[in-house]
Amino acid sequence: MLDVRALRKVYEGHGRHVEAVRDLTFSLDAGELVCVVGPSGCGKTTLLKCVAGLLEPTSGEVVLRGQRVTGPPPGTAVVFQEYGRSLFPWMRVRDNVELPLRQKKHVTKARRRELVEHALHAVGLDDTAGAYPWQLSGGMQQRVAIARAVAYEPEVLLMDEPFAAVDAQTRADLEDLVRRLWQELGVTVLFITHDIDEAVYLGERVVVLSSSPTVVQEQLTVDLPARRDHLHTRADPRFTQLRTRVYEEIQAAKRGGGVGGAVAPPQPLDKMP
Amino acid sequence: MKRAPARRPPVLLPRTALRRLLLALGLPVVLAAVWWAVSAGSTDVYWPPLRTILETGREVWTAERITTDVVPSVLRLLIGFTAAGVLGVALGVVIGTFPRVRAVTEPVLEFLRAVPPPVLVPVIMLFAGIGDTMKVVVIVSGCVWPVLLNTVEGVRAVDSVLAETARAYGVGGLARLRHLVLPSASPQIFAGLRQALSIGVILMVISEMFAASNGLGFAVVQFQRSFAIPEMWSGILLLGLLGVLLALVFRAVERRALAWYHGLRRSRRTS
Repeated sequence: MLDVRALRKVYEGHGRHVEAVRDLTFSLDAGELVCVVGPSGCGKTTLLKCVAGLLEPTSGEVVLRGQRVTGPPPGTAVVFQEYGRSLFPWMRVRDNVELPLRQKKHVTKARRRELVEHALHAVGLDDTAGAYPWQLSGGMQQRVAIARAVAYEPEVLLMDEPFAAVDAQTRADLEDLVRRLWQELGVTVLFITHDIDEAVYLGERVVVLSSSPTVVQEQLTVDLPARRDHLHTRADPRFTQLRTRVYEEIQAAKRGGGVGGAVAPPQPLDKMP
Repeated sequence: MKRAPARRPPVLLPRTALRRLLLALGLPVVLAAVWWAVSAGSTDVYWPPLRTILETGREVWTAERITTDVVPSVLRLLIGFTAAGVLGVALGVVIGTFPRVRAVTEPVLEFLRAVPPPVLVPVIMLFAGIGDTMKVVVIVSGCVWPVLLNTVEGVRAVDSVLAETARAYGVGGLARLRHLVLPSASPQIFAGLRQALSIGVILMVISEMFAASNGLGFAVVQFQRSFAIPEMWSGILLLGLLGVLLALVFRAVERRALAWYHGLRRSRRTS
């Protein structure tokens, strides 16, 4: 469905030469929810922008449904970290959600209204359609951005550290919202985060990036049950194991090596770190 | 999850509104009273008593006079101001969008902006004659710069995340202009328009002083030349009042158009 092949991105300018991403190769199956986790400054946002068609890779390619990505591909929705800067402050919530749909010629006005209403309902914001984004709390603004992505009916949903700037409680709610929407819509999700817990809690698979110069350090399948909730999943020994494993990989990446080997089998709780 | 705060800013209590009105009117009333008192017994031909000015003014500015002098002036101003606004925004969007165009045009623009518009009146008279076209062209030639330069800055300052959001969702071309670039630049555009309005009033008067057969500026000069000093003063007062009225209308329009912007700024200050 989505293939990232030998992706490399170098920023050149003013005599400086910054290699943001050295060599990334991984792929997503249709309907998969994959989290990319890596230390800060490892080029996660660069990766997402290349996948979204907003940045041209220096070499390598991104292939979506067999088509090489050279610009923003139709059917791909993006949710950015800076919710305060990705919603149009001069538009009410309803119009913000509707704007991308208006670019789709075949969607009728009635259908647009239906999609907007449905998307706002899905994120629990039925009665804020007439408000301006800046009248809402940070968590609610990010919900609007998610509603905008949902209304767009994307095949691929890209999320760039969407919850890095909201408080912990809101964040837990929003994580559950993403899982629920993913299950309901059957959309392919690439979720980028620096938070190991978030990556393990959300993902079906976790792609661990090394620190710069960035390569794929490790890919782990998250074999937690499909139904997850914060109370039980986070207390699950398997969850703790997986997050320890991701943590070790990131530490190893910083030292410049790998932990190697398969994921350790479940162990008794008292031996857990 | 936090509740959404109130949708609208709290309505001012009648008492506070009244207080603000009194505060705003206080100084003008005091100044007028001082003028009235100081000039009361004046026998100086050039500084007649305010009372005389006001009484003369009521006789001079009849409905007929308003149609022959005030309405043409205001019409020229509005036409010139609107044309300058459209031209300034259109050129500003083009220059602000394409860095290369900006690099080429910037030195010329800086030069043209630095030329005081009143000097252009005799020049413009040469090719536009002395009719209404000349006056409108003079007003446009002065008003266009603040609009143009502010629009360029506003267009260049479009937020990068918003621009990427628009791109990712396929909002391009005219839709991008309409939903992203123009609204995003609108606070600066309005700042430019406000400057343009005061420049426009000045140029309206000046262009009418050079060569005209009607208009407020023409009337004031006529009164001055025929030593009708109280009449002249009444015309000047009327010009001042016209300026205040235009500024008030402009502010009301701006408040409406930029309601989102003022709300956004309020919400940033309080959070």
